[in-house]
Amino acid sequence: MSRKVKTKHEMPVQDSKERITNFDEVALGYNEEKALAEANRCLECKVPNCMKGCPVEINIPKFIGAIKQKDYKEAIREIKTKNSLPAVCGRVCPQEAQCEKYCVIGKKGDPVGIGRLERFVADWEFANENSSSSMEVGEPTGKKVAIVGSGPAGLTAAGDLAKMGHSVTIFEALHVPGGVLMYGIPEFRLPKDIVQKEIDKIKELGVDIKVNYVVGKAGSVKDFLENGYDAVFVGTGAGLPYFMNIPGENLNGVYSANEFLTRTNLMKAYQFPDYLTPVKVGKRFAVIGAGNVAMDAARCALRLGAEESYIVYRRSEEEIPARAEEIEHAREEGVKFLLLTSPVEFHGDENYNLNSMTCIEYELGEPDDSGRRRPIPIEGSEYKMDVENVVLALGQGPNPLVPSTTPGLDLTKKGNILTNDETGVTSIQGVFAGGDIVTGAATVIEAMGAGKKAARAIDEYIKSTN
Amino acid sequence: MYKIVRKEVLSPVIKLFEIEASHVSENAKPGQFVVLRTDEKGERIPLTIADFNREDGTVTIIIQEVGRSTKELGKLEEGDYVVDFVGPLGKATEIEKLGRVVCVGGGVGIAPVFPIARALKEAGNEVISVIGARTKELLFWEEKMADVSDQLYVCTDDGSYGHKGFVTDVIKQVAEDVEVEHVWAIGPMPMMKAVAATTKPLELKTTVSLNPIMLDGTGMCGACRVSVGGETKFACVDGPEFDAHEVDFELAARRLAYYQDDEHRVEAATNHSDGGACKCHEK
Repeated sequence: MSRKVKTKHEMPVQDSKERITNFDEVALGYNEEKALAEANRCLECKVPNCMKGCPVEINIPKFIGAIKQKDYKEAIREIKTKNSLPAVCGRVCPQEAQCEKYCVIGKKGDPVGIGRLERFVADWEFANENSSSSMEVGEPTGKKVAIVGSGPAGLTAAGDLAKMGHSVTIFEALHVPGGVLMYGIPEFRLPKDIVQKEIDKIKELGVDIKVNYVVGKAGSVKDFLENGYDAVFVGTGAGLPYFMNIPGENLNGVYSANEFLTRTNLMKAYQFPDYLTPVKVGKRFAVIGAGNVAMDAARCALRLGAEESYIVYRRSEEEIPARAEEIEHAREEGVKFLLLTSPVEFHGDENYNLNSMTCIEYELGEPDDSGRRRPIPIEGSEYKMDVENVVLALGQGPNPLVPSTTPGLDLTKKGNILTNDETGVTSIQGVFAGGDIVTGAATVIEAMGAGKKAARAIDEYIKSTN
Repeated sequence: MYKIVRKEVLSPVIKLFEIEASHVSENAKPGQFVVLRTDEKGERIPLTIADFNREDGTVTIIIQEVGRSTKELGKLEEGDYVVDFVGPLGKATEIEKLGRVVCVGGGVGIAPVFPIARALKEAGNEVISVIGARTKELLFWEEKMADVSDQLYVCTDDGSYGHKGFVTDVIKQVAEDVEVEHVWAIGPMPMMKAVAATTKPLELKTTVSLNPIMLDGTGMCGACRVSVGGETKFACVDGPEFDAHEVDFELAARRLAYYQDDEHRVEAATNHSDGGACKCHEK
């Protein structure tokens, strides 16, 4: 019986030599046969530990049980009662740190490929449009909710609130909804037409999305409360790029990760000149930082024609914050890792174009507050490295547009919005917040979890203010 | 989609569009800008707001055709639509009663300096305006500027209209003749740099509106970063107006030129598809 299979069924992927020539999805997904075989590894525990690890509370054994019965329609229905973006989550969640981390059979082998199965049923639904309508909308309540930002937090809150019967309008600053799903995560990890399809499903629930609307510039949170909205949810994310404040940082060729990825993904610069937004990638390309965003940038660079693409990171392999799978994919594709190293100065030519950087080497000292060993620069270890482009992927701060235009909104020292963890309640009555604007840059699924909790709290709040 | 309700051809390469966008016009203030995308394959380009009409819910922009995107936009007519129109973005001009002020518009920079001059006039200032362009063909809005100014000087580099010479010649002359409190200058980077160099020795407070490369225009990427007084600023949220005497114009000009070869590639592609004189497929 397949329950004895100790390893997760492999997911087919595009060959690494082939895939660096295109932006097509790397992981190809399970076919039905593989999905059934993987589903059969699940023991359907009476007390499922896996669910503890899912921020949006999907009933995992139940949907996997439905897959075993080949009732994919039921499987996707079950998932969608909790999660409005399963095709996204199945692809980009760090399952190894969430649901799959708690899977019982993971103790004596690989855990069940929960993410891969979630992706399988979500993709099955797209392929079988007629069997859709897996989400039901409640009786209209006549209450209006404004959502600021259409990233994972806002979309989840919107989907849940619409299902509860509220009238929901999302206000998005960019020209397409999706937030980081559209501008940040590359096509080869998360195809944009998949994100668009999931957003369309949320629209089918009656959610209205207004793009090109910058809250804080065109109208404010207070305006919404004064103009007929019963509550506001702020999910504006952590979109403010950090720079290093070292000499030469403003030279041509030095990009923030946000700029590089937005040009590449949102504006489709990889299809330049068919699409009009350019992006420049020289022969030698370096990304400073080693999170998922850094891996994305380094892998994009190879696809855009860089001959060498480096991850430059001041700590060691062990501290790399990116997902194991992303690091592995980057390595397979030829991304090189320059560890215990960081630039101290960028140099340019007479046209102010970057041509090299001075790096310094580090050694690891005692663990710091975060529990990671502190990098200490080694005196005299500086050396020069030729490089034509640098992407700074050092993390992002909270976007200040909404906080700075909403008097009375309490913030942390870093500028994040202060909320009650369980409800997303802020210091202003009727205003809720969640996702990266509250926690700082985190994961898609955590933002979705926050959107879900806030939706519940908003529902209770507006019902109480009759 | 945002409808073009009026188009006016101001010169062969300068065109005015009045666009329906009430969410922008309701909140627009002098000094702010919009980001526009013409069609689905287009890029996001920043354009300073030249005028706005809150009653009609429209915003006026003026473009000079300098590359593919502005040429594509220039082809649109009344009744056509642009896919995206975002704003108002950036900080508004600080308008207060100062006394006598000078407003300088160079080329297509005349458009954004107009609402600033008007607001300064309405605030009770004596407004001296100076507008200039390379040649007569590139001048526009002389009357509109005259309407909101106590005095208007017009100049062209080649002398084809008005004074022959640069706006800086006029500024110098005005500042020598009368007491001036503040100068606003908007135009091409070299012109703003020249204005700054002219007013600095006179210790005449000068504000310029910078026009760096922008992508989102909301502060999330830093494409528009400039160095002001030795500090890095994002023009889209910290500006676009800055103290002209603190701006690193050399850096700003070099950053503006970074994609020049790509811009040429796009142009070549357009000429080819138009059956033009492109030689891109020949050896």
